[in-house]
Amino acid sequence: MTLQQTTERAAAEPRTPGRDPAPLLPDRRPARVLGTPAADAVDPALLRELHRHLVVGRRFNEQATALTRQGRLAVYPSSRGQEACQVAAALALRPRDWLFPTYRDTLAVVARGVDPVETLTLLRGDWHTGYDPVEHRVAPLCTPLATHLPHAVGLAHAARLSGDDLVALALTGDGGTSEGDFHEALTFAGVTRAPVVFLVQNNGYAISVPLAKQTAAPTLAHKGVGYGVPGVQVDGNDVVAVHGVLSAAVERARSGGGPTLVEALTYRLDAHTNADDAARYRSDDEVERWRAEDPVTRLETHLRAAGLLDEETGRQALAAAETMAADLRRRVAEEPAVDPMELFAHVYATPTAQLGEQRARLAAELRAEAGSR
Amino acid sequence: MTSRGTTMAEALNTALRHALRDDPAVHVMGEDVGTLGGVFRITDGLAAEFGDARCADTPLAESGILGTAVGMAMYGLRPVVEMQFDAFAYPAFEQLVSHVAKMRNRTRGRLPLPLTIRVPYGGGIGGVEHHSDSSEGYYLHTPGLHVVTPATVGDAYGLLRRAIASDDPVVFLEPKRRYWTKEDWSPDGPAAPVPPIGRAVLRRPGTDAVLITYGPSLPVCLEAADAAREEGLDVGVLDLRSLVPFDDETVCAAVRATGRAVVVHEASGFGGAGAEIAARVGERCFHHLEAPVRRVTGLDVPYPAPLLERHHLPGVDRVLDAVRDLQWPSATRARHGGEPYAVGA
Repeated sequence: MTLQQTTERAAAEPRTPGRDPAPLLPDRRPARVLGTPAADAVDPALLRELHRHLVVGRRFNEQATALTRQGRLAVYPSSRGQEACQVAAALALRPRDWLFPTYRDTLAVVARGVDPVETLTLLRGDWHTGYDPVEHRVAPLCTPLATHLPHAVGLAHAARLSGDDLVALALTGDGGTSEGDFHEALTFAGVTRAPVVFLVQNNGYAISVPLAKQTAAPTLAHKGVGYGVPGVQVDGNDVVAVHGVLSAAVERARSGGGPTLVEALTYRLDAHTNADDAARYRSDDEVERWRAEDPVTRLETHLRAAGLLDEETGRQALAAAETMAADLRRRVAEEPAVDPMELFAHVYATPTAQLGEQRARLAAELRAEAGSR
Repeated sequence: MTSRGTTMAEALNTALRHALRDDPAVHVMGEDVGTLGGVFRITDGLAAEFGDARCADTPLAESGILGTAVGMAMYGLRPVVEMQFDAFAYPAFEQLVSHVAKMRNRTRGRLPLPLTIRVPYGGGIGGVEHHSDSSEGYYLHTPGLHVVTPATVGDAYGLLRRAIASDDPVVFLEPKRRYWTKEDWSPDGPAAPVPPIGRAVLRRPGTDAVLITYGPSLPVCLEAADAAREEGLDVGVLDLRSLVPFDDETVCAAVRATGRAVVVHEASGFGGAGAEIAARVGERCFHHLEAPVRRVTGLDVPYPAPLLERHHLPGVDRVLDAVRDLQWPSATRARHGGEPYAVGA
């Protein structure tokens, strides 16, 4: 079957936006598994895998933040407190699926299997994207808010037109849902029924601006209704619930069911970045209340109660975390290799004559610099 | 121009048809490009021939259109996006600047974006507000984009084919007031060479001065060169065809051959393409210049209402005035009857 034939077949499938908004509305209470009877039915192997990723992920956040204090990273937007969302996002995908992360989603990228040092290249400053997006099927960490969401829609749409059953999962935050591109992405996803899932990590703040000043929407999950995209709210610190909701949305997309908007309620325990002072906009009491909802602790509490976290399992998870952290420290401590001539290497498929001239000039400057040393 | 022949709109339509026919990765998308065939009919019949997935009507959201096209290109398709009018492309500006132009670079060449963004541009069609902008300056100032604009029917076909086949993103600016001009041209004819992107062409040779122009101003310059001939000046006309990559070599050769140059474009002059061209010529051809490079451009005003646009657009008289002002030796001046014409533009 040619590409053209498959694209025509895909285009001929009926679109069913659904006139009745009720099925698109989020439930009144966010989905939750931990602390409910449903938790007992979850596969222990999955729970252990989620746990190991959470422990390693927490250590990754702490280590990366420490590296900013040592001047090894220019900046680190921490996802400490949001590890359940990060880990669940990565684990809900199959190898052929695509992940579209933001700058705060480095942990999701690492959990998907990308090398931590390559993931942190953007924040270390030696290039913008350090990993190979095509090899890992992870789009570049996106800094301009929500602008990567239409990319996820387009990639998913193109795959569907080509008869390819991959799914795109795009991450954003509560602030990102105010951006025009969020709405345009949902519009296009709804119309094309692209196999895409949007995960909004609602951590309560866009840097300093609280949700109440961000939106008057009933919930962020409700924002899907206007675009014919079902909205789901989930307890974002319940890693089992986030994984379950995302997995269902991903498989629904894969089987032709169209896009889903998932809002995960979570909290950023650290400041926006190491350069931010969160004390200017939120109280210690508030942070303490959320510490009690720590996603790592919550899963461990369940595992212990269920008899699934023996000493050896816990020790192995911690050992994996320490190995990752030690490797990260050691490799980030090495001076990153940068090549000034690479500035010209990837601007165009064929460099312009003007870039050729500028390249020669920079090469001469570098020679002069080397000669004067 | 004869009544027979092919219009630029038809040539563009043929280019899209052939691209869709030759490469299943090519996907045309935009507002009204499907059933309607585009407000300028550039995509006429394509949805019927190739299906509405290959020539797709999109929601009315330019950032979403271009952002979706970025994702499609990431997957491996070759989207050809239509922005309905120059000034309606601005909502897509962030996608263009932050992603389209940079994706290859930020991913070290791993995610090139082979996409073409067609933008009908320029004035002279009596359009109401926001339908007549010359927006090339925004695009050519953005590293990572190619900025191409045809001025002839044959180039419209050839350059669009090249743009779609390019592995770099191309902003393809279509001079909308040239859409309906006919030329004796056929895509199958022998006179249909496909020019490479980045090569300027001398449309008219001249020994005394050269007019450097592109897109909608080419006919104005050709007419001005004819008029100059009557005044005894042999003025050449250079059609840039591509602003990025910029053909310094051909431009400088034309300037060195004449020693005098005028840059003509519709866009406002301040900080525009003409400023860049004049600076480049000055840097490279200073010792060959007999006079400063002059610019004849649109005024530095927001695009005027239709009844006023003729005062804004560079016309033949303004071009001629600039030519007359190129510090001719007294013998040449005498041919004009004494003092050189003083222009304030």
